[in-house]
Amino acid sequence: MSSAPSSSPLAFWSYFHDHLDQNLHWLWAHTYLSVLPVVIGLLIAIPVGYVARLHRWAYPPIVSIAGLLYTIPSLALFVIIPPILGLSAIDPIQVPIALTVYSVALLVRVVADGLAAVPEEVLLSATAMGYGRLRRLLAVELPVAAPVIAAGVRVATVANVSLVAIAGTIGMDNLGRLFDLGYQLSVSGPYYPPIVLGIVLCVVLALILDGLIVLGTRLITPWRRAGRTGGAEAVAT
Amino acid sequence: MIGEVISWLTDSSHWHNSASFTGIPSQLLTHLRYSVIAIAIGTAIALPLGVAVGHSGRGTWVVSTVNALRAIPGVGLLVLLAVIISPHFYGRTDMGFLIPTEIVLALFAIPPILANTYAGIQSVDPQVRDAAYGMGMTGAEVLRKVELPCSLPLVFSGVRSATLQVIATATIASYLPLLGGLGRFIYDGIHTNDFPQMIGGGVLVALLALAVDLLLALAQRYSVSRGISGRYRTRSVLTTTIKE
Repeated sequence: MSSAPSSSPLAFWSYFHDHLDQNLHWLWAHTYLSVLPVVIGLLIAIPVGYVARLHRWAYPPIVSIAGLLYTIPSLALFVIIPPILGLSAIDPIQVPIALTVYSVALLVRVVADGLAAVPEEVLLSATAMGYGRLRRLLAVELPVAAPVIAAGVRVATVANVSLVAIAGTIGMDNLGRLFDLGYQLSVSGPYYPPIVLGIVLCVVLALILDGLIVLGTRLITPWRRAGRTGGAEAVAT
Repeated sequence: MIGEVISWLTDSSHWHNSASFTGIPSQLLTHLRYSVIAIAIGTAIALPLGVAVGHSGRGTWVVSTVNALRAIPGVGLLVLLAVIISPHFYGRTDMGFLIPTEIVLALFAIPPILANTYAGIQSVDPQVRDAAYGMGMTGAEVLRKVELPCSLPLVFSGVRSATLQVIATATIASYLPLLGGLGRFIYDGIHTNDFPQMIGGGVLVALLALAVDLLLALAQRYSVSRGISGRYRTRSVLTTTIKE
């Protein structure tokens, strides 16, 4: 760190190169901390959301609890989780756990509403074709609800990229550390490169993950690209 | 650990100000002050903009552009603005850190309010809007008497999520020196290895967010027109309308 060639905001790229190992390590940590909680969250949210869809009485309590959990600010949830789970006060696992809680809270409602929007005729046809409950869920309901669920997954992932950065200010290794570092280095005068690099990498990471989810959704829902005009004709009449 | 947190929260010395410690009530008020200023600025920008775009149907790119702002990490923007702005302030003032904080908080309040106001006005039933014009209302009257009341539930939920976003981000603002707010306990706790204080601060922030959200939910319930929210005692909507 002693040789700082330029403190210009535009020098962030050379800063990236000069500290390549460190920055790649933080970028990788940031990536999996953003993605893994959403994957685990989705695996938990699908059965819970299905229960909320299946039983009318289960929907209000499940959605209310999810809403309350989502209301808790991230920094607060980060520090509250260790004492609840009996971890030590600063534990690297508290951040992915908190982010998983948010992902579940967001996706449960999305899954329940997405499944509820599957047309009745589709369900009846599947049942008439001899589909059992589980097979109908996996082969018919979830694929039909996939675009709605994917929209929720996009929101959760992009939000996670920002939330992970917050964990950097309490000493967790990820791109958020660049902000902490930049701030410490700016004591005797502004030193922009790490701060600008952190913002650029976070935004690029969010855009790439978002793009990958859009692409993945298109690949698993090929039927949506056929017959787009149907809706417009219905509105015209 | 939980016992230590409870004794930190219930220790009466933490509820009063002293020379070296700002008490919980003062930090709570500071947290609310930062938040209210930012929500007021954010609403003053986002609400008219959302109404204008929604009513005219022009400039929808503004909504999507502002929405893309959500991808910017709040901490990063906060630190960047603090490093730019704080050197211009000398002496005993927290303005060098307060101004960047309020900019970031107001910026984060804008997207939810703008998107929901725009969506609320766009989603007003075209037949209702046409009926209002048919009754001879001017564009401004349609906006004031029909479009705004109809879109109020969505506008309100936009303000609600903006408020939660601002309260959460105001917590992180305490990362900067000289600034108060409940986040102060979290960061001071971390820096001095005082974990009961850190966790106690987290509990207070969570309680504040839950309490504010509950109050806004109640305000939303009672400010939205009954004709729109469907809060009728009886289901005989039509008959009561005819009687009058």
